[in-house]
Amino acid sequence: MHELAIAENIVDTVCARAAGRPVRRVTVRIGALTAVLPDAMRLCWDLAATGTAAHGAALDLDLRPATVFCRSCRTDRRLPDMIPLCPCGSADVTVTTGRELHIVSMEVA
Amino acid sequence: MCEEGPVTTVTLEERVLARNDRQAQANRDLLAARRIRAVNLMSSPGSGKTTLLERTVRELRRPVAVIEGDQRTPLDAERIRAAGAPVTQINTGAGCHLDAAMTRRALDELAPAPGSLLFVENVGNLICPSLFDLGEDARVVIVSVTEGADKPLKYPYMFAVADLVVINKTDLLPYVDFDVDTCRRHITAVNPRAAILTVSATRGDGLPAWYAWLTTMIG
Repeated sequence: MHELAIAENIVDTVCARAAGRPVRRVTVRIGALTAVLPDAMRLCWDLAATGTAAHGAALDLDLRPATVFCRSCRTDRRLPDMIPLCPCGSADVTVTTGRELHIVSMEVA
Repeated sequence: MCEEGPVTTVTLEERVLARNDRQAQANRDLLAARRIRAVNLMSSPGSGKTTLLERTVRELRRPVAVIEGDQRTPLDAERIRAAGAPVTQINTGAGCHLDAAMTRRALDELAPAPGSLLFVENVGNLICPSLFDLGEDARVVIVSVTEGADKPLKYPYMFAVADLVVINKTDLLPYVDFDVDTCRRHITAVNPRAAILTVSATRGDGLPAWYAWLTTMIG
């Protein structure tokens, strides 16, 4: 359950930036290639935020699919799984989205 | 009830694991300053990490130090100590992975000799440790033939971060339904840049190639 450690990281970061103001909402971007489970994140969020300036804050998850740019067919393609292979069969690809794990923004009162 | 004042949106765009990544970089700088190369060893429980390390401590002709990560007990540290290497045990309690801060505390306690090779044996887990940079130079993932050749496809996040995948327990191949070529193909599908070695840490098969890989990695 690494999501708890990740939720704690997010709470620490937003509370530091909020500098004492109550945090109402936090938006986090999670890519499909990061091994972070959205349901587990939501479960851990309240636990990690309890007793902090982010207590009760809503967690919005901006989920990003895994996509690659394929140099063979010169297009961006969405990956159905973790395997960095273009649906055209080429392995000559660069991952363009799916590795994001960012705190995008927060709302403070 | 709290009063609803004006709400301000603050843009952060900060990496979630920025704190861990900063600590990992600090670890990396500390290790580089002491000419210590570090390997993060990851696998599921029971794949043979500690057995491979015991043998490596005895047979690799250079100073080795070990940080052992387990949820509980100093049992693995005792095995490594008996093999002849300085070791520090981290017990994570409920934790399922090591992070850079835990690694730093263990490093400060262990104080590996300058020029040595440091192994960090992560908590046995094929999911969580893949996300946490510890400050290592290389990531080695072990899969044993008793686990099934489809492991790389089932746990792709872990295999995707490996510099080297070691297929262990090849001495058991006659007794299990495990196709080495299929496993290799699955590893390459998930991670085309990963090197692959087959070894038996108990019998010694393939270990010269493991030592050669380490020697090249150390540079």
